[in-house]
Amino acid sequence: MISTHLLSWLIALPVLGGVATLASGGNNSNRARWIALAFAIATLALCIPLWNGFDSASAAMQFVQKMPWIEALSVNYHVGVDGVAVALIALTAFTTVLVLIGAWDAIDDKVHQYYAAFLVLEGLMIGVFCALDALLFYVFFEAMLIPMFIIIGIWGGPRRVYATIKFFLYTFFGSIFMLIGLIYLYLKSGSFDLAFLAQYPLSRDEQMWLFFSFLLAFAVKVPMFPVHTWLPDAHVEAPTGGSVILAAIMLKIGGFGFLRFALPITPDAAHEFAWLVIALSLIAVVYIGFVALVQQDMKKLIAYSSISHMGFVTLGAFLPLQLARDVGNVGAAQLALQGAMVQMVSHGFISAALFSCVGVLYDRVHSRMIGDYGGVANHMPWFAFFAVFFAMANSGLPGTSGFVGEFMVILASFQAKPWIAATAALTLILGAAYTLWMVKRVIFGEAQHAHVKALQDISGRETIVLGGFAAATLLLGLWPAPLTDLMNASLGNVVEQLMRVKV
Amino acid sequence: MQATLLTIALAPLVGAIIAGFFRNQVGRRGAHIVTIAGVAVSCLLSMHVFKLIAFDGLPTYNENVYTWFEAGGYSAHVGFLVDRLTAMMMVVVTFVSLMVHVYTIGYMAEDPGYQRFFSYIALFTFSMLMLVMSNNFLQLFFGWEAVGLVSYLLIGFWFKKPSAIFANLKAFLVNRVGDFGFLLGIAAVLMYFGTLDYATVFANRLAIDGKTIELVAGHAWAVPTVICILLFIGAMGKSAQVPLHVWLPDSMEGPTPISALIHAATMVTAGIFMVARMSPLFEMSETALATVAVIGATTAFFTGLIGLVQNDIKRVVAYSTLSQLGYMTVALGVSAYSAAVFHLMTHAFFKALLFLGAGSVIMAMHHEQDMRYMGGLRKYLPVTYWTAVIGTLALVGTPLFSGFYSKDAIIVAAQSAAHHGGAAFAYAYYAVLFGVFVTALYSFRLLYLTFHGKERFVVDAQHGDAHHDDHGDDHGHHEPGHLAHAPHESPLVVTIPLVLLAIPSVAIAWFFVQPMLIGDFFAGSIFVDIRHAPLAHFAKEFHGVVAFALHGLSTLPFWLAFAGFALATYLYLFNPAMPGRIYAALRPLARVLENKYGFDDLYQALFARGSVLLGRGLWRGGDVAVIDGAIVNGSAAVVERAASIMRWMQSGYLYHYAFAMILGLIALLGAFVWIE
Repeated sequence: MISTHLLSWLIALPVLGGVATLASGGNNSNRARWIALAFAIATLALCIPLWNGFDSASAAMQFVQKMPWIEALSVNYHVGVDGVAVALIALTAFTTVLVLIGAWDAIDDKVHQYYAAFLVLEGLMIGVFCALDALLFYVFFEAMLIPMFIIIGIWGGPRRVYATIKFFLYTFFGSIFMLIGLIYLYLKSGSFDLAFLAQYPLSRDEQMWLFFSFLLAFAVKVPMFPVHTWLPDAHVEAPTGGSVILAAIMLKIGGFGFLRFALPITPDAAHEFAWLVIALSLIAVVYIGFVALVQQDMKKLIAYSSISHMGFVTLGAFLPLQLARDVGNVGAAQLALQGAMVQMVSHGFISAALFSCVGVLYDRVHSRMIGDYGGVANHMPWFAFFAVFFAMANSGLPGTSGFVGEFMVILASFQAKPWIAATAALTLILGAAYTLWMVKRVIFGEAQHAHVKALQDISGRETIVLGGFAAATLLLGLWPAPLTDLMNASLGNVVEQLMRVKV
Repeated sequence: MQATLLTIALAPLVGAIIAGFFRNQVGRRGAHIVTIAGVAVSCLLSMHVFKLIAFDGLPTYNENVYTWFEAGGYSAHVGFLVDRLTAMMMVVVTFVSLMVHVYTIGYMAEDPGYQRFFSYIALFTFSMLMLVMSNNFLQLFFGWEAVGLVSYLLIGFWFKKPSAIFANLKAFLVNRVGDFGFLLGIAAVLMYFGTLDYATVFANRLAIDGKTIELVAGHAWAVPTVICILLFIGAMGKSAQVPLHVWLPDSMEGPTPISALIHAATMVTAGIFMVARMSPLFEMSETALATVAVIGATTAFFTGLIGLVQNDIKRVVAYSTLSQLGYMTVALGVSAYSAAVFHLMTHAFFKALLFLGAGSVIMAMHHEQDMRYMGGLRKYLPVTYWTAVIGTLALVGTPLFSGFYSKDAIIVAAQSAAHHGGAAFAYAYYAVLFGVFVTALYSFRLLYLTFHGKERFVVDAQHGDAHHDDHGDDHGHHEPGHLAHAPHESPLVVTIPLVLLAIPSVAIAWFFVQPMLIGDFFAGSIFVDIRHAPLAHFAKEFHGVVAFALHGLSTLPFWLAFAGFALATYLYLFNPAMPGRIYAALRPLARVLENKYGFDDLYQALFARGSVLLGRGLWRGGDVAVIDGAIVNGSAAVVERAASIMRWMQSGYLYHYAFAMILGLIALLGAFVWIE
């Protein structure tokens, strides 16, 4: 029972939990918290049979469930997972639990609604990772915006209205083109089935138009330069939990979309325009690195750092087209894709942890400005330990997960063009510069401000959140093999798809 | 064997974890006990492994422990390669580390961060062991960055001090510039060999011989040269070679024990070790070797000169370290890898000794580091004084001391290279030759200013027997040159490590110069191409330890060192007014040295300020003005504007519409007439 409907349970359980939390009413905040946490933990527990039952030797979609949904349009409720989806679902469930724990004392306004929004969001995001039908994917993809819109719009900062509208219009602007593309594909092929579309031959011009519709949708989501400016504003205004989910999971859906849509459906166009994506990725790494350096607001700095790190995801996703087709090195193509996917998971942990760190400080001082801090280590030694640890992970220190993906992508890109590797490797210097300079100004030094001198070190609850992310970052950094083994066969399949000439 | 090696690497890590995470539970005593126990276990087992490999004929150990990742036919592992080179490094690292651990009990006795400090230095020992014991490039890079992390944490140990947290950020970033090249070098290795495993790479090294790569379209480069220079950029960062040397003097902001351990004896020699390990690759590129020699020579000579004008006792030793690292690099450049590694070993002992001696002086002076307020300390600190004399004699290359053999081998090798090779090697030879004079001059200057001559400090009698002032933060003194009570010799936990380091500083070469430099001790670890015979001349002159010392008395380097000693003796012992007059006369030159040739100012202006200006320009110009201002909010504004025009036009008044129709009609008619 559970294994045939496992994915449906993974999608439904958090949504049901959201409904239950909402139904518990606004009178008893603690009850709402515990109900929500119980559902989130149950969802995480469902990931155990998912991980164990998944056969990583096979590239086929697994735990597949298919039933007609809108028969007139031959739309199916069709879900299934490959190794990449399993990893991202586990990341989603893990992060959501920690986000709910992190919000325990930080949110005291409309608690039940806040917790419910996160659970519904979790279910929708898991839906995105499971969807094997293009329209189903699109529905989850768009529906996801609603809870996030609410989270930022209600529990956000003073400029939350500007930020939410910008966030909504930006992403909606991108995805509307994808919808047009999908409708075109349906009219032409008569199907929304992703596996079918991956096989469906398309002319060069068709592929080009479709590719750009996908590119626009997912580039906004990642976000890639130059459609990234919604992210810093959204992060700055979002409550801590919103920032964590946004950075840890929602951005990954952009990278995941490239893998599910752009590479298999339009491989030739992707190959033709790989140079464009690679160039934009390198701009993200370098240009955004410099921009991050001068931010005064910690959340903005981390947001820009996210954009820069996500540059490695798009770089690693599109390098394989050049590596496999032009250089003829399929192994390096696989390495680059692995790098991109590992970077997605790793960035999930690290950015989530960094936003949680800012949240810890914000809850106490109610400021995100670097200048309002300094010398925090004197009064919060354990917090300082975590902050320096995550800063190092963000700088790509080997032994932390932040190194693994970047390392793989740089090694692979050298085989495409040494200058691509050299440009990408600038992150070694830039990433360390903006991250550690912030650490220097916030954590180290003599405590100058009275509110810093009054700081209390992290509570047990906050230690669980930061410790959880730290353990994950360290484990993945010291031993990435379980994750790469999980995704190997699936990514091999992606490499095959992108080598298939369809015109 | 694997269990032994894992214990060696992990024992200090366990100590670090206990001392760090359970600092309150184990207390100060517990912290130093667990970390010292961990490092002592490592040290004893390392000596055991060294004996097995070096004397009992155990073959090279090369096994993977676990697979790090596998993807697309590439794989990376964590594993150990232990041959004689590694075994020697393991002994040096763990022995010096053990001495520094013991010494720290005294040096940091009153510091509130006592447990944290022990945790860091034990973590460092683990990281350094992972670096030297690695059997592949991935783990090498892990150890490389991990020692960089600990160096960052320890330079900024007193994190309230603005200068300390400036220095540690600078050290990390400058090292990252080196790592940038290093990582690309590793990428190039993977591209051409398809593996990161040392043994496989070295076995297939001829596969890249004669291959070229286009880094810039139209310019072909020899692959071995590209790989070696990229890797060497990494070594330049870690081993502080010009122009990436700027971080090392500033790293003296850290407590003295780590200056000895990390920034003199072990971490900074990682680059030297790495190049020696990569000797099979470096031997394939004459261009790379010449580059290495020139960089090393420049570092050896010019940073030594800066040491002449420093007044901070630790900074003199720091510039001396830079200069000695330059010597090792020159040895690498002339293919005398074994001489480089041999000097690495002797230097580890005598330079750790000198740093710890400086630390003992600093403690006696209540954390005063300026030599202008010292003098005459000989009688207060007899053990420190005599061990410092031994360290100095070893450093300047006095015959019979260990430094003599190692340094002479480098000079002789550079001389042979200059004889056979081009201008680069000739430059290297003269740089290391005249560097000897400079070394002797700054070394004896330090010794005299600190221990000899008149006392230039005052003991304030009224505080004569007041309770101890706080040793913890070494910046608590009120007036320079005023001490609360008379200086006194440091406790046994400080002096015993000094004595234990003084012994190998004198004698280690007696046992190893023959096998390491002339014999085939490093055969199988270090590869020297048949075309190069850098130490042949040295071997010809060497007829035993004592005979070679006697022979040394008649060579140019000895007399140059003697000249440096004599000049220092005259200037700082017999005519102390002279240095001031010379300084005044050569003021412009002295200014150049005091400004450290302007590297710091240039980097600060160009890279630090330049990056911030560039970042601000890109942010305000790109993100805020163009993308958000013109496009995003601009398109929103256009929509709003268009809507308001539409709103204005659809006013609902009939006469507006009628008027618009008439205007339109006139315009059309006018156009019609005009065209006709």
